Amino acid sequence: MATETVKRKTDIGPPHYEKFLPPIIKKNYGKWKHHEIVKPGVLMHVAESGDKLFSVRAATPRLASTKTLRLFADLADKFSGGHLRYTSRNNVEFLVTDEKQIEPLIARLKTEGYPVGGTGPSITNIVHTQGWVHCHSAASDASGVVKSVMDELFPHFEKMDLPAKLRIAFACCLNMCGAVHCSDISILGLHRRPPKVNHAALPKMCEIPTTVASCPTGAIRPKTVDGKQTVEIIEEQCMYCANCFTVCPAITLADAENDGCSIWVGGKVSNARHEPMFSKLAIPFLPNNPPRWPEVVAAVKNIVEVYAKNARKYERMGEWIERIGWPRFFRLADIPFTKFHIDDFKHAGEYYRRSAHIKHMPEA
Amino acid sequence: MADKKRSTPKLDELEKGPWPSFVKEMKQAAEKSATAADALGILERSYNDKIGHWKHGGIVGVKGYGGGVIGRYNDIPQDFPDVAEFHTVRVNQPAGWFYTSDALRKLCDIWERHGSGLTNMHGSTGDIVFLGTKTPELEPIFSELTEAGFDLGGSGSDMRTPSCCCGMARCEWACYDTMGLTYDLTMHYQDELHRPAFPYKFKIKAAGCPNDCVASVARADLSIIGTWRDNIQMNKDAVAACATGGKVDIGKDVVAKCPSKCMDWDGKNLSIDNGNCVRCMHCINVMPKALAPGKDRGATILVGSKAPIIEGALLSAVMVPFLKLEAPYSDLKELIGAMWELWGEHGKNRERIGEFIQRVGLGNFLEQIGLEPVPEMVTQPRTNPYIFYDVKK
Repeated sequence: MATETVKRKTDIGPPHYEKFLPPIIKKNYGKWKHHEIVKPGVLMHVAESGDKLFSVRAATPRLASTKTLRLFADLADKFSGGHLRYTSRNNVEFLVTDEKQIEPLIARLKTEGYPVGGTGPSITNIVHTQGWVHCHSAASDASGVVKSVMDELFPHFEKMDLPAKLRIAFACCLNMCGAVHCSDISILGLHRRPPKVNHAALPKMCEIPTTVASCPTGAIRPKTVDGKQTVEIIEEQCMYCANCFTVCPAITLADAENDGCSIWVGGKVSNARHEPMFSKLAIPFLPNNPPRWPEVVAAVKNIVEVYAKNARKYERMGEWIERIGWPRFFRLADIPFTKFHIDDFKHAGEYYRRSAHIKHMPEA
Repeated sequence: MADKKRSTPKLDELEKGPWPSFVKEMKQAAEKSATAADALGILERSYNDKIGHWKHGGIVGVKGYGGGVIGRYNDIPQDFPDVAEFHTVRVNQPAGWFYTSDALRKLCDIWERHGSGLTNMHGSTGDIVFLGTKTPELEPIFSELTEAGFDLGGSGSDMRTPSCCCGMARCEWACYDTMGLTYDLTMHYQDELHRPAFPYKFKIKAAGCPNDCVASVARADLSIIGTWRDNIQMNKDAVAACATGGKVDIGKDVVAKCPSKCMDWDGKNLSIDNGNCVRCMHCINVMPKALAPGKDRGATILVGSKAPIIEGALLSAVMVPFLKLEAPYSDLKELIGAMWELWGEHGKNRERIGEFIQRVGLGNFLEQIGLEPVPEMVTQPRTNPYIFYDVKK
């Protein structure tokens, strides 16, 4: 048995970032002057000193093997002095100071299967959750949908050919650890059936008061089954939020035929022009159809193409829809509007149109 | 691990196409790790069954910490014994996600010795995520990580791992040192990060400017968004160069898009009514050589954004319209302390601070934490005449 020779360390925190910064950044920290996109996937930052830093941005699937991380480390050693970083959208950026290294690096990344792009008015990497790869509450897979959608939209990653940047996000349940609620297009996994209670397991696994209190609509109440304390669900009151499942594993929601994806549009987080805004419901339900989710891919592609064709320069999805109005959006995108599009929970009433300001269209 | 090789026809389909394939990554890891091979197998099963096969986490972790490890088990361990336990380890990322090749390799060494070799670079909150290991490996992983200078991130009802944009390291728009602040807060609140004692999670994100590249306004209980108080800096020669360069139509692309209509362009001169500017960044984004944020820089402090669980999604709301942010960041820490104390005392189980504020009312919340109400905190005063006057005063 190994003896404890090293004193156990705790609370040391992350390594100080300075250890990992390239010399050009240490020298010019806080003294950058301007930047530009040299070509899709390549940013040039110019410092007051005149120094130039080139960031070459490549796509990753986020779910990465150590073999790939070692490949990135080797590429960084060869092309960028051993320095690289990741972006908030799971792209990798090689921090190049020798301009001559840019093209060989891009070529090498492409050969290895990590294409360069995702800058400016393009579609960059889809931020996403774990899905069936690792999550207990997933209503859909994340990685598979993301891969399928990005394969289809790939030209928009490599070219900057959209009116503005277009941010897509995916979350595999309403918990939304991917915080997709403010994206140009969000794909959101959802359950559509009330949970099933395992009465045999529940008394052993869950606290009844906590479980009852977890329901935001008061749809859970205590019940005695076969002499044991458990709970029952008032099914018509359930909105499938899964909060009960999170506090009590004996209540399960997964349903192969009724779980699927919804599509939300028009959110943003940046303050540029319009204030940050939530994404709004475009399509309430599309089925899970692995491995390629053709219905989801087609729906997202359609919305992207309609946006690309109709929006003005610099207009994000939500700004464009606000200008033309939601009725025209639904008509242009040929998406049916249903009762599910009208909020009946916390914000019920807030979005009813309470004026006669309507952009009427002549009958077709 | 040839004996572990399973047939995965559905997932194989996702190795095709131009976008990088997570299936390729999983297969690479499966060559060396039985855990990764079973992870691939159980995922194929999910693709056939159209449901996930992971169960809730039990309580697993490292000694003395309550956060940083997410326990994970599957519901068909007889078929996939090597992922019967498949825990996640969250490793606190370096601020700004900068790495050296050596640091990456060191992380790989540790993870290949003790886990599946599968990672997320990075998790939604910002951590390096080690995906899939067994309980007995947790302490060895932890001691090797700390030996290499890394520590765990947050999970559960604690302060989650703070994260930030690259700020002054690479961006001319950074209105304060996002990486410096993030590191400082992370170190200052190590106890709150590792030992869950809050009503629910508390996320912190630091964005250097109103472009908010880390989505702090939507994804953090505390959103720190860089801004400035004085005038936008203008380089007149660069404005003229923009006008003649042909790439930017100043009237159409800049002035017409200004949300507060505070700009004017007569074909030669660009003028800005800075008193009416809302610091949205659009004009600066379009003309980065000509315009820049002012020199009197700091941040707007907003509180309360969250995803839908339980009462619906929220965006963060303004708590301090402008705060200078310089080390040791005492004002900000005082505010954080006051908010945590109140929410910690009166917040309900699984109630995020944004929901708590809506329940007790922003006015009452401000009074309790000792902040004066200012009109910048709301888009308009109330229209509802039922006011809870303070009858005791």
